[in-house]
Amino acid sequence: MSDEPLLRVEDLRVEFPTEDGVVHAVDGITYQVFKGRTLGIVGESGSGKTVSSLTTLGLTRRQGARISGRILFEGRDLVTCSEEQLRAIRGNEIAMIFQDPLSSLHPLYRVGRQLIEAVRAHRDASRQQARARALELLGLVGIPDPARRVDMYPHEFSGGMRQRVMIAMALANEPKLLIADEPTTALDVTVQAQILELMERLQRELGMAIVIITHDMGVVAETADDVAVMYAGRIVETAPTGQVFAAPQHPYTWGLLRSIPTLERPRDEPLVPIPGTPPSLINRPSGCHFHPRCAYAQPDHARIDPALEQVPGAPEHFVACLLEAETRLRLWQELRAGRKPEQAIADVGLPEAQV
Amino acid sequence: MIRYVIRRLLWGAVLLIVVSALTFVFFRIFPTGNPALLRAGRDPQPKHVKEIEQVLGLGKPLTVQFWDYMKEVLLHFKFGYSYYNQESVTHLIGERVAPTVSLAVGAAVLWGVAGIGVGVISALKRHSFLDRFTMGTALVAISAPEFWLGLIFLLLFAQDIGKVHVLPGAGSYVGLTSDPWKWFTSLIMPWIALAASGAAIYARLMRGSLLETMNEDYIRTARAKGLRERSVVRQGVRASINPIVTLLPLEIGVLLGGAVLIETVFNIPGIGRLAYQSISDSDFSVIQGTVLIAAFFIIIANIVVDILYAYLDPRVRFS
Repeated sequence: MSDEPLLRVEDLRVEFPTEDGVVHAVDGITYQVFKGRTLGIVGESGSGKTVSSLTTLGLTRRQGARISGRILFEGRDLVTCSEEQLRAIRGNEIAMIFQDPLSSLHPLYRVGRQLIEAVRAHRDASRQQARARALELLGLVGIPDPARRVDMYPHEFSGGMRQRVMIAMALANEPKLLIADEPTTALDVTVQAQILELMERLQRELGMAIVIITHDMGVVAETADDVAVMYAGRIVETAPTGQVFAAPQHPYTWGLLRSIPTLERPRDEPLVPIPGTPPSLINRPSGCHFHPRCAYAQPDHARIDPALEQVPGAPEHFVACLLEAETRLRLWQELRAGRKPEQAIADVGLPEAQV
Repeated sequence: MIRYVIRRLLWGAVLLIVVSALTFVFFRIFPTGNPALLRAGRDPQPKHVKEIEQVLGLGKPLTVQFWDYMKEVLLHFKFGYSYYNQESVTHLIGERVAPTVSLAVGAAVLWGVAGIGVGVISALKRHSFLDRFTMGTALVAISAPEFWLGLIFLLLFAQDIGKVHVLPGAGSYVGLTSDPWKWFTSLIMPWIALAASGAAIYARLMRGSLLETMNEDYIRTARAKGLRERSVVRQGVRASINPIVTLLPLEIGVLLGGAVLIETVFNIPGIGRLAYQSISDSDFSVIQGTVLIAAFFIIIANIVVDILYAYLDPRVRFS
């Protein structure tokens, strides 16, 4: 942990000027990823998690994004890299897989051809060598009968098999970092587990770092070493995975945790959705961006913009919340005991939310 | 696949029989003019007209006429004889096919290449001056009627009546085999006039289709793989070209049935002019022949489109 991170994102901002105003998709986020470890970035749709990783690969540039901050990959700043330098990194040192494997594969090209392209984009390999590599990759990701499968089209594969193909393609050049953007969201639950397992196995075998983007705390629990929770373009809480599940600090994280089913909780306990919808990234709420949806917000929370601060007694745990650490701890204990937010507020003696 | 094609061809044959019947109904049961009357000269005597009707076989009941006609077509592959010069229809159409094919295929090639090329460049240079200029020109080309465009070309460039005497004018068509160079130059203006609006429509279609495709997830994947932009664009073009390439054979099919206006403006002896002439002369056998050959080309074009479609898109299967 003490050595240099493989990827360090520093105060990254990504804005898209549009006709309706500037979209602040990513608003000053900082995180790092270490070799051989997995970072989970969690948040609802529109929280900026995908944009931040597309920006890492330079894929938001041609959409007219204004980008500031630094993205240090092995000491190189990817924000200032030329397009050609980035191209040489994409799919080679950093690879990415996407949510919907069907729409992410070219429908008119055979799977083999798409794999061969990935290999030959960065290697001086002959067609035969690249094809041999493609077969090897398909075997590596657990696709049966690669020699036959390699000449098939994506539509002839099942959803899980397609995502395996995507992973094979991402691994073509043994990247140091794999960014997986909701890799299991479009898949059946049973297949989800297989894909996550596969990613874990490959990480062990190849020693790569993984950034897994998801809205599913279950996926995070299963795969990530560290977690960053994003809301409205910012990281609102970040910590090692164990700490986030044991002592979550941010009311938004509580919401995420309480909205997933677990086996431990009593079956009659209803799941609790987070009220409201994610805010507009053009006209963001004042103060703490989460305050309009927060059950515990106080009047001045609409005014003061919280910074990411270390949680007392937990050196690797950071949170951006205006509540007192003491109050947060007691609120979470109440919630974990199965109480509703209103009860928790009364028990803790917090003034009722006013906003 | 072969079974599919055979089935389609058989259906096509059935369709041709239906087309013959319909043409018969349109031109005989609702006649536009009495061919015998037209042939009998000025102030004909009724007796005279009757005689001509006998000779042309118009005196028999319509059902018998239809039966006779279909029998000739189906059993002997004969389409009858022109009322005017007693030439066989097969022969008349036969000598008109080469000019029409020259015109249609050349125009279609120009049409496809220009349309797709301009569309791709416009999409890649979206919002640039070039994009605006070509799309503006396309709008003009779509709006310009082909015969008007043809006349303008003649007035500007024809060797006889043009402002600058660069290209052979109307009536200069010669066969490819007799003088290839003259064949080529005489067709340049007709090709452009015939292809202009189609190419313009295709350019706009191609531009839209490619712009849409470049936002697809698999294009993002191609970039994420680190492919060069040229390869990324090639993947985009490959995916967006299908609907356009599969339309083209249909257009060729229609053009092969004769381009009446352009053939008339440039005085090219093709099927279109033959069809036009035969209709104004109430020359039934020739009308029937030209309608059938046009229908034949369209049926073939449809089959070609289906095969091409399945060939270009592996997700399409014959059933």
